[in-house]
Amino acid sequence: MTPVPTSSQDSTVPGGGQAPHGAVTTAAGTPAGVPAGGRRTTAATMDEDMHDDSSAWAAPGPTAVDHRVSGHAQPPAPAVSLRASGASRVADTIFKGVSGATGVLILVVLAAVAGFLVLRAWPALTASPDELAKISWMNGQSLLEYVGPLVFGTLLSAILALGLAVPLSLGIALFITHYAPRRAAQALGYVIDLLAAIPSVVYGLWGALWLAPVLDPIFRWLSDTLGFIPLFAGYTAPARNVLAAATVLAVMIIPIITAVSREVFFQTPVLHEEAALALGATRWETIRMAVLPFGRSGLVSASMLGLGRALGETMAVLMILSPGYLFSFFLLKPGQHQSIAANIAAKFPEASGLSVSVLIATGLALFVITLAVNMVARWIIARRAEFSGAN
Amino acid sequence: MSKRIDVENLDVYYGDFLAVEGVSMAIEPRSVTALIGPSGCGKSTFLRTLNRMHEVIPGARVEGRAVMDGQDLYAPEVDPVQVRRQVGMVFQRPNPFPTMSIADNVLAGVRLNNKRISKGDAADTVERSLRGANLWNEVKDRLDKPGSSLSGGQQQRLCIARAIAVEPQVLLMDEPCSALDPISTLAIEDLMSELKNDYTIVIVTHNMQQAARVSDRTAFFNIAGTGQPGKLIEMADTPTMFSSPSVPATEDYISGRFG
Repeated sequence: MTPVPTSSQDSTVPGGGQAPHGAVTTAAGTPAGVPAGGRRTTAATMDEDMHDDSSAWAAPGPTAVDHRVSGHAQPPAPAVSLRASGASRVADTIFKGVSGATGVLILVVLAAVAGFLVLRAWPALTASPDELAKISWMNGQSLLEYVGPLVFGTLLSAILALGLAVPLSLGIALFITHYAPRRAAQALGYVIDLLAAIPSVVYGLWGALWLAPVLDPIFRWLSDTLGFIPLFAGYTAPARNVLAAATVLAVMIIPIITAVSREVFFQTPVLHEEAALALGATRWETIRMAVLPFGRSGLVSASMLGLGRALGETMAVLMILSPGYLFSFFLLKPGQHQSIAANIAAKFPEASGLSVSVLIATGLALFVITLAVNMVARWIIARRAEFSGAN
Repeated sequence: MSKRIDVENLDVYYGDFLAVEGVSMAIEPRSVTALIGPSGCGKSTFLRTLNRMHEVIPGARVEGRAVMDGQDLYAPEVDPVQVRRQVGMVFQRPNPFPTMSIADNVLAGVRLNNKRISKGDAADTVERSLRGANLWNEVKDRLDKPGSSLSGGQQQRLCIARAIAVEPQVLLMDEPCSALDPISTLAIEDLMSELKNDYTIVIVTHNMQQAARVSDRTAFFNIAGTGQPGKLIEMADTPTMFSSPSVPATEDYISGRFG
């Protein structure tokens, strides 16, 4: 009878026992047509593939062919042409040029915006206190004293919004990716994306006319029960305080944070989720062990995108917030805070000369804050890149 | 801490599709049982029913019984999460958690059961499990480095360490060496022959020499054609299977005449 086969192992291994490198392995050795876990590749694998492609592009093809041609005097046309065809070469060059140009263009635009801000803010930055005192709404403050509370108000409203939006978005994204039945998840996804399409002025109207009365009893209760904490003290109706503005901002940034984190969670390698499940993890434990750590950097970037939008949001804040220029932590008092963007929008129509420069200087401050936020986000992501799963 | 599993007339369905039909087998404790057969014959699917991992796929369900020491794994009151804590699994591609250090990877399962494990106990568990997986000497100086910094073979042994850290009754291995080079494969095979002193091991493999080398009993699965359910053709002691199988298809398969 047949002894243990010792030769030609390959021929006995159907379909190859070794998975090809970088191939998407399905969750089980399941029969065809079974919806196994093959729907996702890891980000790392995709990256690799893309690199492979680009290096293949960059390599000049025809060197080997040229060599062969030079060996013969007038060779007959080869049956298989390995020369790069002229047309595809031209298209390749054009595409390379166009994509390169767009990359440069965005840098130029950024530099132009920064240059404009610095240039036009310069008169305000160098103006003497006497000149600034002539601007009525400066109330005799220096530029720094004027910008300070605005920066504070901007950051406060944006961070409050982020604090409200991130847990909600996280919950929605996890529900869509891990709990909801497929149909419901799709429908919910559409609705979330739709929220992102609503213009901010509409959010402003909604916030000022509908949400403020709804928030009124909640804020009243907060102020009555938690009023001993200064944060919640001194609520005065109507609800046109910074917390109301932050609530509307939160609704506005939930779609973007949810959409990005949903994509990130969908990318979680099936392998890692199965590893957690096979250890006896419940659904929530799987999410904590495999999904959240993997999506952490994506979640940070999603939040920063949201923060960026909240920082720059103008219309909704302008329409809801009753403005004030204080370093104040009274979240429920009206007339305490104002954001830079809303302040520019409010003051710009009446401004001229030096006061325009002052407003542009506040815009410069906003620009710097946004840059700083992005850099901090990148730093947070890079700090634990070793553990990110990208290697 | 190893238990036997008796499978009786087990059918696996994906929705309406019958993927595996009528499997009955006894899996002995403290031994290695190898499942061989061509691709798509349902051996991996069957393996996953032993710790209910097939339930990850929507619509997958099982009819029949799989009894581990008197307890039917599919009894209505049984929680699949608890089954998986008793029946560990090692996958085809090494899958350490990339966001965790080597030590945290080993402790991942332990922490699920026991949140407040003391530092000393944790260190003991890490060392014991890594020694059990023949990995301790290679990684003892870099336990805080990410698991993904290891080579493929080391990652796979880390996954084995992670699986045995929770002291399961049974260890399932789904083609654990198919993504590894021959040296790493040898290391894992040596490990299996040590682990079977303590655990019941079931391994799916495409490599028949591997089945012959490591297993005590071998089960051959086959499929009549696409769309047909996979079936257990025969099961016997490994030397018998490879020298005098009773079914011609088994002999054809292990002698390389098809598949």
